[in-house]
Amino acid sequence: MLEFRSVRKQYENGTVAVQELSMSAETGTITVLVGPSGCGKTTLMRMVNRMIEPSSGAVLVDGTDVREFDAARLRRGIGYVIQQAGLFPHRTVLDNVATVPLLSGCRRREARTRAAELLDRVGLPADLGRRYPAQLSGGQQQRVGVARALAADPPVLLMDEPFSAVDPVVRAGLQDELLRLQEELGKTVLFVTHDIDEAIKLGEKVAVLRQGGHLAQYAEPDALLAEPADDFVTSFVGRDRGYRRLSFRDSRRLRPEATDTVHIGDTSADVPSRAGWVLVLDAHRRPRGWLPPEAAVDGQLTEDQLVAGGSLHVEGTSLRGALDSALSAPSGLGVVVDGDGGYVGVVTARQVLDLIEEHRSSVTAEGVAP
Amino acid sequence: MIEELLRFFASPGYREMTLTLLGEHVYLSLTPLVLGALLALPLGRLAQRHHRLRGPILGAASVVYTIPSLALFVLIPGVLGTPLLSPINVIIALALYTAALLMRPVLDALESVPGHVTAAATAMGYRPWRRFVAVELPLAIPVLISAVRMASVSNISLVSVGALIGIGGLGGLFTDGFERRYMVEILVGIVLTLLLALVVDLVLVGLRKLLTPWSRASKVVSEP
Repeated sequence: MLEFRSVRKQYENGTVAVQELSMSAETGTITVLVGPSGCGKTTLMRMVNRMIEPSSGAVLVDGTDVREFDAARLRRGIGYVIQQAGLFPHRTVLDNVATVPLLSGCRRREARTRAAELLDRVGLPADLGRRYPAQLSGGQQQRVGVARALAADPPVLLMDEPFSAVDPVVRAGLQDELLRLQEELGKTVLFVTHDIDEAIKLGEKVAVLRQGGHLAQYAEPDALLAEPADDFVTSFVGRDRGYRRLSFRDSRRLRPEATDTVHIGDTSADVPSRAGWVLVLDAHRRPRGWLPPEAAVDGQLTEDQLVAGGSLHVEGTSLRGALDSALSAPSGLGVVVDGDGGYVGVVTARQVLDLIEEHRSSVTAEGVAP
Repeated sequence: MIEELLRFFASPGYREMTLTLLGEHVYLSLTPLVLGALLALPLGRLAQRHHRLRGPILGAASVVYTIPSLALFVLIPGVLGTPLLSPINVIIALALYTAALLMRPVLDALESVPGHVTAAATAMGYRPWRRFVAVELPLAIPVLISAVRMASVSNISLVSVGALIGIGGLGGLFTDGFERRYMVEILVGIVLTLLLALVVDLVLVGLRKLLTPWSRASKVVSEP
């Protein structure tokens, strides 16, 4: 467990970066520190590996004050992923990853073997190991950064806005990757970001910090969206929080219904006479798009006759995706797919809303029960 | 002209003298280059780490560089008690110039190392000295070598001034040629000085390429 015990940081010029802050992060979970710039989140994180010493208070790792360790040794036991990856430009990717094992006195061959395993683990091909960081894309550099932090198999991982410098698509991929890795590794992760969406996606618990290093709220993401502690948190979690909260509601009780479907390559004879939209699937039953009502099909059905479909809702994931699939589909029917992307059925926005209402009334009923 | 040059090199006396002076020139210019760099590096590090020392160190460097070289050659024996006509005076003087010239670029080179890279090194568990040697210094090399190239040219030309006190490498060809109104000798001195500067510069460029293989690595970016 990571524990901050009324830590305070005041710089020589009088600025207070962190104000009497106490909180703890559970072992084996991802805890996110989120807040606008100047809220002291990075300062707080750097107290853990003693890159910044608190003016008063203490930071404890598994019950031991970090000041009892030699700073350099302590740091070798705490993984650190920095903004912009912070890779060493003069070392190959493999040697970058091998940094901490080498510092701890591991033999070069051993360290490199371990580094190669880690590259694989973060999803990078082995031949990338011989390149220099400048020869990698931003997303790849971030992966190397994560691999380097994991090289010594530290129980604690500090991540300082690690994905802020990459584009949104790559960032989403890296976030998913982190969640997958965390499932395998179960590290105690302290993650700093200014992006509330990232915080809510990754954090099992989220600490919202306010300018001047005040802890505004420390809660599970669902609770943060449902009951923001004050105006600051309300404005920081932003609009759409009711909608975003649907991310935490699973859709198992949603019952997809059947709709008319045809396949790419079908002839006009196969296409049912209809007044509504028809969903078009490919040979693997994956949705390709929609055929508008009354659309004429000459000969074989091809992709260019279709209207693009909306987002796909993967069975059993959150209601947010289910609602979005219905709202984004031209037909108003959200397409539900299984884990392999195969068509399962369709849902309407009405069905999703009914489920939400049903849930609300059941919670209220429980609430008033004696 | 060519005939006269051929005659100059045909004379074993001149040939031998030119070679000796060339050797002396190399010795007198490169020894201070190394010494000056070795002096500038720790001073630059000091200025980088302690902001209060920055002003005085850079100020002292500027002052040293404004002292005329001939004056310095003559002053050093007075201050250090070295023999008046010893090559050591030239070496010390030029080492001081080199250090003064390198001071600002060394500081710039050390500061050119990106902050997130040094922070990452600290967070990985490098102790300060090892971090300097293993991370900061290698990354400062491109800027450092550009500065050393500049200082090497300056040194190679300054050595000639030492000829006025009798220790000046190829500069000896200038004083000798001037006294005897022998143009060819002066010309040989100029050309050899230029060639020497060129060769040393090429060696330094080669050294940089050898030491910074990463800076030449071609961009082959591909998304996974």
